[in-house]
Amino acid sequence: MTILIDKKNQVTEKIQPKGFLRYFSFSLDHKVIGIQYLVCGFLFYLVGGTLASAIRIELTSPMSDFMPRDVYNQVLTLHGTIMIFLWIVPVVNGAFGNYLIPFYVGARDMAFPRLNAVAFWLIPPSGLMLITSYFIDGAAQAGWTAYPPLSITTPQSGQIVWILSVLLLGGSSIFGGINFIATILKLRRPGLKLMQLPMYCWAMLGTSILVVLSTPVLAGTLILLSFDIVANTGFFNPVLGGNVVVYQHLFWFYSHPAVYIMVLPAFGLVSEILPIHCRKPLFGYKTMVFSIMGIVVLGLVVWAHHMFTSGTPPWMRLFFTIATAFIAVPTGIKFFNWVATMWGGKISINSAMLFSCGFIINFVFGGITGVALAQVPFDIHVHDTYFVVAHFHYIVYGGSVFVIFSSIYHWFPKVTGKLLDEKLGILHFALTFIGFNLCFAPQHWLGLNGMPRRVAEYDPQFQFVNQISSLGALFMAISTIPFLINIFLSVKNGKKAGDNPWGALTPEWLTSSPPPVENWKGEAPLVTEPYGYGIDTTDN
Amino acid sequence: MLSKSSYLIFIISGVIGISFWIGFNVNLLPTEASINAPIYDELFKILFIIGLILFIGMSLLVVYSLFKFRKRKGQIGDGIALEGNLKLEIIWTVIPSIIVLVVGLYSYNIYDRMGGMNELNHDHSLMGNNSEKIWAGISQSNNNLGLIDTNIEVSAMQFAFLFNYPKGDFISGELHVPVNKEISVKMESKDVIHAFWIPEFRIKQDIIPGQPTVLNFTPTKVGKYPIICAELCGPYHGGMRASIIVEEQSDYEDWFNQNKKDELIA
Amino acid sequence: MTTINPKKLENSSNEDNGHHEDFRLFGLITFLIADGMTFAGFFAAYLTYKAVNPLPDGAIYELELPIPTINTILLLVSSATFHKAGKALFKKNNVESQKWLLITAVLGISFLICQLFEYFHLPFGLTDNLFASTFYALTGFHGLHVTLGTLMILIILWQTRIEGGRISYKNMFPFEAVELYWHFVDGIWVILFIILYLL
Ligand code: HEA
Ligand code: HEA
Ligand code: CUA
Ligand SMILES: [Cu+2]
Repeated sequence: MTILIDKKNQVTEKIQPKGFLRYFSFSLDHKVIGIQYLVCGFLFYLVGGTLASAIRIELTSPMSDFMPRDVYNQVLTLHGTIMIFLWIVPVVNGAFGNYLIPFYVGARDMAFPRLNAVAFWLIPPSGLMLITSYFIDGAAQAGWTAYPPLSITTPQSGQIVWILSVLLLGGSSIFGGINFIATILKLRRPGLKLMQLPMYCWAMLGTSILVVLSTPVLAGTLILLSFDIVANTGFFNPVLGGNVVVYQHLFWFYSHPAVYIMVLPAFGLVSEILPIHCRKPLFGYKTMVFSIMGIVVLGLVVWAHHMFTSGTPPWMRLFFTIATAFIAVPTGIKFFNWVATMWGGKISINSAMLFSCGFIINFVFGGITGVALAQVPFDIHVHDTYFVVAHFHYIVYGGSVFVIFSSIYHWFPKVTGKLLDEKLGILHFALTFIGFNLCFAPQHWLGLNGMPRRVAEYDPQFQFVNQISSLGALFMAISTIPFLINIFLSVKNGKKAGDNPWGALTPEWLTSSPPPVENWKGEAPLVTEPYGYGIDTTDN
Repeated sequence: MLSKSSYLIFIISGVIGISFWIGFNVNLLPTEASINAPIYDELFKILFIIGLILFIGMSLLVVYSLFKFRKRKGQIGDGIALEGNLKLEIIWTVIPSIIVLVVGLYSYNIYDRMGGMNELNHDHSLMGNNSEKIWAGISQSNNNLGLIDTNIEVSAMQFAFLFNYPKGDFISGELHVPVNKEISVKMESKDVIHAFWIPEFRIKQDIIPGQPTVLNFTPTKVGKYPIICAELCGPYHGGMRASIIVEEQSDYEDWFNQNKKDELIA
Repeated sequence: MTTINPKKLENSSNEDNGHHEDFRLFGLITFLIADGMTFAGFFAAYLTYKAVNPLPDGAIYELELPIPTINTILLLVSSATFHKAGKALFKKNNVESQKWLLITAVLGISFLICQLFEYFHLPFGLTDNLFASTFYALTGFHGLHVTLGTLMILIILWQTRIEGGRISYKNMFPFEAVELYWHFVDGIWVILFIILYLL
């Protein structure tokens, strides 16, 4: 089976540009596509981060003075959309998934290389389209949730472009999901059992199931919304007898699972990184698998917790409270297992490890505020306030983005054959960790005390705390500098890494760095114990 | 030297003690100005303490393992080949389940006490549209028929709140209510979704076009509090605010009588 | 104990498992599940509207049954004829297969014509009311699927014209893919028929 693709690949590789240029081509090599995803996503992160900086600058004063109010709304809509659909989702799924999954299943490429390339190449144009809409007629300004009737009544061209690009990005995501499911389930190297796969495969399997089941619903919903905008139908337009709450149900049916689409792969990545740097097997492999699947199932039935203050009847509020809070159980299992993995290990304290530990601490915090938000009476007060903003940045930034950085430190030697500089890495970590907490911790207080989200102007009593938060954002912006310097210096003249600098056992390390076009010179190794640390060593 | 388990007990009780201390002494919430507020704050306190215990505990574990089990100079080889432990797994499945379940039941209780489970009736016989369907909200008591002291209709539009007092047949830009009386507001939006939020009362409800909602509440403290629109509704969303003025019954009546339309057919 | 065990790749020859359920078919099934979820979203919206949003007085939403019933029969029969075509192709009987395929395509086109006929004779337009909009959205989205399916049937019809051509008993995959897709579209129609016309 694998060979079938090899042949195709060999043929196509010949006509494809070699060297640096291949990253700008329609390459079918999963490793090239993975890097394309990562670099593209990171560029969009810089854009999204610049927009975040604009938000934080505006919020240093209680008046709306840095930019006009409608521009503020465009900026926050773009910020949310870009960060989610063009940074986190493509990177934790597309980038690492494409790079690692074929290695992990012992294949030479993804199941559908062509579909894979198409999925990637949908991203840059739709991202650019989204950004250019800002310069042409103004971008969408109804928030990333695009609730009607606001999204129907705001300037329409921006909203239509927003819908179009989210549809394309959703399509890309679905293609990716199909590809991952097929690769993991059907392309496994003979002899490799499902329960022997590295944890990231399980995470991607769970994520892809969520993608396939929920993204199409978003697509359908956005099509209906665009009808409301251009064809004057009334699905979500109350003036024409429509029901605005139906949109919210459909939207969150996708967008709650979407938060697990953003974090489950990150869970998988951490499960790869921790055992290697702790020199211990992943604790509780089986329960980790079950907890992923538990999160997938529960994740599909909790969406209405975003709607506790809209038109939901009491019984619905209660059902969704209990279901949501129960996600803490499978998630908790994962965190306890990671700590148990660290316990008694021989931990190398390096940038990858620090970012992973930072992730654990930040995510537990964000998860706990999440469980609080899940309680209807609690949420009624803080819904749509900065408390929610703080909650999800603790998870998406403190969780997913920390893991992305951790993974970059971890796999950079594999991709380039060079090591990243540890001093700069630790500086990057320290700045990010401090800046992040400084930026988002105070926002909890803001929300509890009466600052709603998505506002360009606010009660002057909140100015000081907002300024602290903005200072934190400044730290985060600065923290990207050592990171970028580190990348550029190390690509050029970093220390040689060797094939397996961490002494890892997962299959991607059992080949040269960088790996050859078809992943292994010879046959794919059969790795049945990806976490078999400590089994064959002399103590101390 | 203390034994290992006494260290453990010492640390655990330390974490719990500190969490309780913070929970009871750090106030993160604004003034309590309605019947709902102290109920809400009780829930907040519990969640805060549980959250702190879990968070501090987890952070300590991570930082401690990072420090204790760090690789020393010259050390080679791996850690112990420990692949799992069923007993531990069961413990950390069951304990969080219990916590989550207890918290869920408790917050149900809180929600019930806040009036969330009551039927959404709202007496608007004066306006003659009592039959209208109420889609959502919080209704403090079941005694809806004429027993609620003050009925007010809120209409929200880009970017203002208007308060209609049907009994006095007038519209105000400020919400005046008597203290310690049950107030019922019925809310409807003219254009997009807005939300009605009074942080000091710990209540919020979206105001949805085409789907009337209600909020019942009882202010307990005289004063002026902000009413904030909490749902993105356009460029001036941040400026969409109003005030609620809670006053003594007599002050309220004065204000009411000043504003009410004079009897047309005297 | 070694953890790495580079066993020989058994079965490393290029095995062309053409007409077996290989992973391409698996991928297609995954895609159809996704596509089905789009319909599920529409259905959910429709049912919610029906349950909670009463139509204004005087709104017309009575649907006539004859045409959709004919359409249901057309599609069901076309599924059967498609199946016949597949069997014939597997028996290397390309002419027979083409005959059945042609019938399938004609049935598909008739479905579309009937659908259009119904559209033109309905007493309500796209934007008349919530029911009308949802009706057109659902049937239109489904009609789009039928159109796409018919086009693909015509393409495989063209490609099966010579024995041993691009699509043949040796390479059944494109054929099976379209067939699966067609059955899927058919199944969706049955659900749609029940929910929209019968409920
Ligand atoms: C990656 C993204 C991500 C993730 C993983 C989560 C995870 C969770 N989220 Fe969050 N959430 C968002 C992203 C995310 N969220 C976003 C973007 C929004 C805002 C959307 C918008 O409106 O724009 C949001 C909003 C949001 C709301 C709506 C708030 C509102 O608008 O009013 C709620 C309410 O229930 C909620 C709850 C939860 C819960 C319970 C979890 C749980 O999965 C968390 C579980 C984890 C833990 C609990 C920690 C580890 C567990 C233990 C250590 C075990 C012991 C713990 C206990 C027993 C409690 N989230
Ligand atoms: C999913 C991921 C994600 C990430 C990573 C972030 C990252 C950040 N976010 Fe964002 N955020 C969202 C998702 C995310 N956000 C979402 C979904 C919303 C809701 C939107 C809505 O309401 O609709 C939101 C909303 C949101 C708000 C609320 C706006 C409002 O409601 O009014 C704020 C305010 O502080 C904020 C701040 C930040 C900050 C300071 C960062 C920082 O962490 C960013 C740090 C990065 C940088 C600072 C980049 C550094 C680089 C440069 C500055 C160099 C530029 C150079 C070149 C271009 C060459 N975000
Ligand atoms: Cu009205 Cu925000
Ligand atoms: Cu959610």
